[in-house]
Amino acid sequence: MAEFAYQVPTMADMAARGETPEVLFWVGCAGSFDDRYKKVTVAFVKILNAAGVKFAVLGTEESCTGDPARRAGNEFTFQMLAMSNIQVLDMYHVKKIVTACPHCFNTLKNEYPALGGNYEVLHHSEYLQQLIDTGRVRLQGGEVFKGKKITFHDSCYLGRANDVYEAPRHVLEALDADLVEMKRCRTKGLCCGAGGGQMFKEPEAGKKDINIERIEEALQTGADTIAVACPFCMVMMTDGVKNKEKEQSVKVYDLAELIAQAKGL
Amino acid sequence: MSIIQQILFIAALGVVAWLMYRRIGIIGKTIRLGKEEIRTDQPAKRLSIMMRVAFGQKKMFDRPLIGILHFAVYAGFILINIEILEIILDGMLGTHRLFVAPLGSFYRFLIGFFELLALGVLIACSIFLIRRSVLKVERFQPVRHREMNGWPQLDGKLILVFEIVLMIAILCMNAADSALQDLGSAHYPATGDLLVSQWLKPIFTGWSESTLIVFERLAWWAHILGIFAFAIYLTYSKHLHIALAFPNTYFSRLEPKGEMKNMPEITQEVKIMLGLETQAGDTAVPERFGAKDVADLSWKNLMDAYSCTECGRCTAACPANITGKKLSPRKIMMDTRDRLEDMGRNMLANKGEFVPDNKSLLGDYILEEEILACTTCNACVQECPVLINPLDIILQLRRHKVMDEAHAPGSWNMMFQNLDTNQAPWKFSASDRFNWAAALADSGTQENQTES
Repeated sequence: MAEFAYQVPTMADMAARGETPEVLFWVGCAGSFDDRYKKVTVAFVKILNAAGVKFAVLGTEESCTGDPARRAGNEFTFQMLAMSNIQVLDMYHVKKIVTACPHCFNTLKNEYPALGGNYEVLHHSEYLQQLIDTGRVRLQGGEVFKGKKITFHDSCYLGRANDVYEAPRHVLEALDADLVEMKRCRTKGLCCGAGGGQMFKEPEAGKKDINIERIEEALQTGADTIAVACPFCMVMMTDGVKNKEKEQSVKVYDLAELIAQAKGL
Repeated sequence: MSIIQQILFIAALGVVAWLMYRRIGIIGKTIRLGKEEIRTDQPAKRLSIMMRVAFGQKKMFDRPLIGILHFAVYAGFILINIEILEIILDGMLGTHRLFVAPLGSFYRFLIGFFELLALGVLIACSIFLIRRSVLKVERFQPVRHREMNGWPQLDGKLILVFEIVLMIAILCMNAADSALQDLGSAHYPATGDLLVSQWLKPIFTGWSESTLIVFERLAWWAHILGIFAFAIYLTYSKHLHIALAFPNTYFSRLEPKGEMKNMPEITQEVKIMLGLETQAGDTAVPERFGAKDVADLSWKNLMDAYSCTECGRCTAACPANITGKKLSPRKIMMDTRDRLEDMGRNMLANKGEFVPDNKSLLGDYILEEEILACTTCNACVQECPVLINPLDIILQLRRHKVMDEAHAPGSWNMMFQNLDTNQAPWKFSASDRFNWAAALADSGTQENQTES
């Protein structure tokens, strides 16, 4: 470990060396630019490094998948972005992609094939579960989370959109924490309020913000950690905790951050 | 006497058949206004979905108690309708209980079983009526959900009352029948006491044969005319789901819920813009992107609208609706059907041709504010017991609003602009996309130092 430094190879580097990564880590816009979610990107990269996964990122060659444009009704912008991403991905002969964003995950996995982009796409919750199951990520002792109460907020684009409900829960179980469910969970999970382009506009007039409705439910579980697996959920839940002035006692973390913490990375 | 009844019966049957034929015709015609969409692939999978979700009512059992009650009404209605076959034959032939002779003792068992089902329907419908009117289950209340104002709310209650009356008619008819058998009345073949209606027989002690015959005939006619009226009524009502639930589940979407349908007409243009393809001379430019009116939606979206029974499970799960926004997925479906019904009436009034009425689904029925409030969370799609997809309609309307009318909230236009120029929804330079890694390299070295 003495000479260990975290590596973030790009596809371009790898291609120049004539190497092929096991998996492409699709960072996404939030993972690249949002200060809070950059920490998730970093945590995930540390895990990949520690697990010895030969991965690469696209770096500046990555663009938005186009999800927010498509959901907002702008198919032109979506397809422009999607087509140029597919060109880049195909240029590097990418076969397998992992991403920490359920929106990117859904778009890459379900919507790129119709435009000619066919890849095996995993959400990082699924990938982390694989790393844990195959022993590439080992969580020793479990001291860090012993006795802590964690609740998991289902992301719509992971859950209902793609039926991924158990992978994030398996990852959390590996932490040896006390996993508590909200009343509305899995197929009945309540949206954080940011999907479908809502992240990028003010909500319509109503009596409450959706993230407040959700955070109240999360706080009712008595959990001290709210685990999320989506950059939009992260923003909405964090804002909710602030709104309820619970930042001191309740933390919002992504799955990758929790695993990194447990491993002392 | 019998021949007059036979003539009246055949006349009633004819009128009902004609009205049903005309009504089903216009419903079919309005559904076919929709665009073509292939939903016939993977027949085995489709059949299995229909068996589980429509026949087996899988999704109704999400709430077990309601699931059982609903199943009682459903099973009751399907099985009791076997008896209708006998009633129709009796009515046309002037016979009475035609199946007693061929079925023998099994007949008594069969009718007894139907009576038990009728009792189940009676109890379940009474409980449903209490839930709507006394317990005031939230999703049915017009005070909270504006789309339930007026007819929809009345419709929901009328159906239940209708079913209760029909079931009472069956039981009274059978009880009077059995009382007549006891009197040895000539026209009434012996079936023996029946499982449920025997308990109603004491009502008829001391009635004369002729009074009983009049009563039995009245109950018989009330029952069959009730069923005829109900058959016509349901085609105008939300109750159409009892028939459409089957094709609607069969033709449901098999793709993951998160996947939005591609627009190949745009793919073509994008390819030309990116220089991947040269301009093909004869590419037809569609007259409209997305959907403004029902004819821009697919036929399946339109069948969804007719299949909706306005239960409101979608709306009760909708995060926008829960937090007081105007969006209600149920209203999206009801508005779509209202538009179709209006167009159907227009066609009927104009010799089968639709005459433009300067109205459209988006604008005159569904408001922009509603479709903008959707988070695309798929909760409505997940909840629907008959696999209706309100989200698919919302997204097609959005496509029209944004692409054809170039009308979007200002902040969305900003987002589009950022995506077009920086390839990110926020105003960051594309060249800064990889800057996060620099911080990581530092932290890696530091940790490396402390470790060594």
